[in-house]
Amino acid sequence: MKKRYIIPIVYIAFLMLPIYWLVAMSFKTTNEILAGFSLFPQTFTLANYRVIFTDPTWYWGYINSISYVTLNTVISVTVALPAAYAFSRYRFLGDKQLFFWLLTNRMAPAAVFALPFFQLYSAVGIFDTYLAVALAHTLFNVPLAVWILEGFMGGVPKELDETAYVDGYSFPRFFVTIFLPTIKAGVGVAAFFCFMFSWVELLLAKTLTAVAAKPIAATMTKTASSAGYELGLLAAAGTLTIIPGAIVIYFVRNYIAKGFALGRV
Amino acid sequence: MKTQNNRGWFFVLPVLLLVAFNALIPIMTVVNYSVQETFGNNVFFWQGLDWFQQLLNSDRFHAALGRQFLFTGLILVIEIPLGIIIALSMPRQGVWVPVCLVLMALPMLIPWNVVGAMWNIFTLPDIGLLGYLMNHTLGINYDMTQNPLAAWVTIITMDVWHWTSLVVLLSYAGLVSIPDAYYQAAKIDGASNWSVFRYIQLPKMKTVLTIAILLRFMDSFNIYTEPFVLTGGGPGNSTTLLSIDLVKIALGQFDLGPAAAMSLIYFAITLLVSWLFYTLMTKDDAK
Amino acid sequence: MAKITLSNLRHSYYPNPQGPDDYALKEIDLDWEDGGAYALLGPSGCGKSTLLNIISGLLIPSEGRILFDDRDVTKLEPTQRNIAQVFQFPVIYDTMSVFDNLAFPLRNRGAAEADVTRRVHEIAEMLELTDMLKTRAAGLSPDNKQKISMGRGLVRDDVNVVMFDEPLTVIDPHLKWKLRSKLKELHQKVRATMIYVTHDQTEALTFADQVVVMQDGEIVQIGTPVDLFERPAHTFVGHFIGSPGMNLLPCEINGQSASFQGQPITLEGAITKGEGRCEIGIRPEFVALSDKGLAAKVLKVSDVGRHSVVEAMVGETSIKAIVEGETPGQGADVHLAFDPARTRLYRDGWIATEAKQ
Repeated sequence: MKKRYIIPIVYIAFLMLPIYWLVAMSFKTTNEILAGFSLFPQTFTLANYRVIFTDPTWYWGYINSISYVTLNTVISVTVALPAAYAFSRYRFLGDKQLFFWLLTNRMAPAAVFALPFFQLYSAVGIFDTYLAVALAHTLFNVPLAVWILEGFMGGVPKELDETAYVDGYSFPRFFVTIFLPTIKAGVGVAAFFCFMFSWVELLLAKTLTAVAAKPIAATMTKTASSAGYELGLLAAAGTLTIIPGAIVIYFVRNYIAKGFALGRV
Repeated sequence: MKTQNNRGWFFVLPVLLLVAFNALIPIMTVVNYSVQETFGNNVFFWQGLDWFQQLLNSDRFHAALGRQFLFTGLILVIEIPLGIIIALSMPRQGVWVPVCLVLMALPMLIPWNVVGAMWNIFTLPDIGLLGYLMNHTLGINYDMTQNPLAAWVTIITMDVWHWTSLVVLLSYAGLVSIPDAYYQAAKIDGASNWSVFRYIQLPKMKTVLTIAILLRFMDSFNIYTEPFVLTGGGPGNSTTLLSIDLVKIALGQFDLGPAAAMSLIYFAITLLVSWLFYTLMTKDDAK
Repeated sequence: MAKITLSNLRHSYYPNPQGPDDYALKEIDLDWEDGGAYALLGPSGCGKSTLLNIISGLLIPSEGRILFDDRDVTKLEPTQRNIAQVFQFPVIYDTMSVFDNLAFPLRNRGAAEADVTRRVHEIAEMLELTDMLKTRAAGLSPDNKQKISMGRGLVRDDVNVVMFDEPLTVIDPHLKWKLRSKLKELHQKVRATMIYVTHDQTEALTFADQVVVMQDGEIVQIGTPVDLFERPAHTFVGHFIGSPGMNLLPCEINGQSASFQGQPITLEGAITKGEGRCEIGIRPEFVALSDKGLAAKVLKVSDVGRHSVVEAMVGETSIKAIVEGETPGQGADVHLAFDPARTRLYRDGWIATEAKQ
């Protein structure tokens, strides 16, 4: 083994430590946690997980989160696809300005938008629905998806389109049966990043929901503050939020490094 | 070569409508609030640019802005070089590559408040792993609810933990796209390791590093949830960054006018600095 | 500068090669004379790039030794071997000017700045890069970038060998010709040993004094371009070099005489002893239409400019002939005559007639 590998090994160890601590704590009883320091769970318990899987406010939190994240990913990628195609294939009046304006939305602080979103979505009557959170998250996910997809589409030669037209394909049929399969890696990467940023965001998700669409992460914050120090429960809930992310990364592991490299600045 | 075709507008229409609904209406709301005063009951009074003036002269805003720049500056200075070093020392191929990438990407997929909660549990003075080690094994007084320095070190470490991997992944993507011939030519030309880095790897990573710096700037400048969950802005106001302060004013005190004015200035600064970074980092290409 | 000797060289990309098929290079023994212009010619995947990387030190061979003037360099790093190599795709240092690019190998070896300036200007002059010395290398066209790569290879005057790995792949056809003659000219000026790897016979034959033809990790023939054309040592060379390639006719051997479809064929000389499948080989250039000879039916006539290629069928076998002037029409009955001095016998691919003294 080469000497320089020590650097990534130490780095990964550093990344894993807090995660280990969270997971370890989720298997401890509240008594053990409060009694003092222990490196491994002394009295291994699944009680914290049992609470989560039996209490609807907990498990509905998961269902809500997954629902709006999925909805957001679908909306973001669907509207981004034609736009990215236009940016990668055509020059049109104001295209550069439009592209830049889209990207500026990626720079918007969520805190700036929290209150206006609350009012806007209340006004149109979608407050506390999956759609509200999904729409709010398109603010930063659509620009990102357009950016990534444009990069991938730019790598597909224009001759592909022209050949298809010469062969008598209509545009929609060409786009769905030929073009999409060609850039499926890009769609995967864009979907991954949409999933990721929607899954991890909380400020907007929390502001735009009350009961029906409340995300798991918000349920956690409330528990942590209202029920005092139920650290074991908090740790178990936190551990469970890591799992969907881990599954998604596993599926895109071969594309993850390429994803951003192909986007353009 | 791209064709000149205004059909492009037809394709971007869905995005345009969505973003117009999502970005333009809220921004107009903010602009609207920023020039008015309200005492509740939806009664508004024209206020002109007073809120902006007040804000720009307020010590509280200056302090939050200063803390924000300090935070973002430290983040960039630590995470960018560290990410490059880690990417350089990773294996280029083999079974360990996906393992490394998956493990490194993991922190980025944890919800932000869980990140805050996790670090809270990790650093609790008596029962957290790090807190216990610092206080009881190394004998260093470490409690971020009391000590501003400890709070700062912790939020910085937490962000390094959370986001350095993004820089690693991007740099790594840049590195693996360099053809072998470049390394072979450098070897034959007798280049030192430093020269290889300086003249081959760094130039080839430029595009991805530009993206990395821009994303890290935007996200660290807009950071809210993680430090809020971890320190709540304290002790005192020592870790009250811009977003935390803004939410305090907007949702805590419900001072809509000042909050709106602050939002606009905040957004403008983010845009301006992003644009500066972008222009500086791509200016060579224009020549 | 040095003479390069490859001795019992074998290389496999597998850690534990089982049979000969696992070897990218099978048993290479070869001397490259000091100051020669060599071409290494063969189809893609024949092992020529592997061989090149072994000489430059980017690969360590599984077995065998490499000697530079009788000094064993098998285990030395590329830097210590003092060689230069130009790659298929231009390698330039994007952030540097053309001058700095050319100066890079000299500066890395601690050359005095005055010498660096002098050498770089000399090389830039030869390659017609003088006007661009101050510009950034990144924005240049592919052929200029490749000239810079070549320049970096030539800028050191003490290199043992300069190697070119299909350097004209990315160059436009009309510039290919220019760069190729430039290289030939450079070789005459600097007299360094040069090895030029290519799968293009024109490039190999115009550049080299000696061409080494490889196939499946083996050297099949070494010779001057004329040798390769006139008397291929292997049917592969006959087929690979020349356009169209050599005609190969299945034949029967009876003692010292060979016959094709019952007709006796006169060969260049005596048949060597051995067993195996035999073929008669004759280049289209040495097949003539005449009154006597093999009866054949014209299948196709292609006019390729200065001459025509007539493809005629003798039974099931097609034979090509190069004809200048008038050609018979399709379906015409003709007679083909072979030039006996250029008619050779191949057994299992290898030449099996003795050359006339």
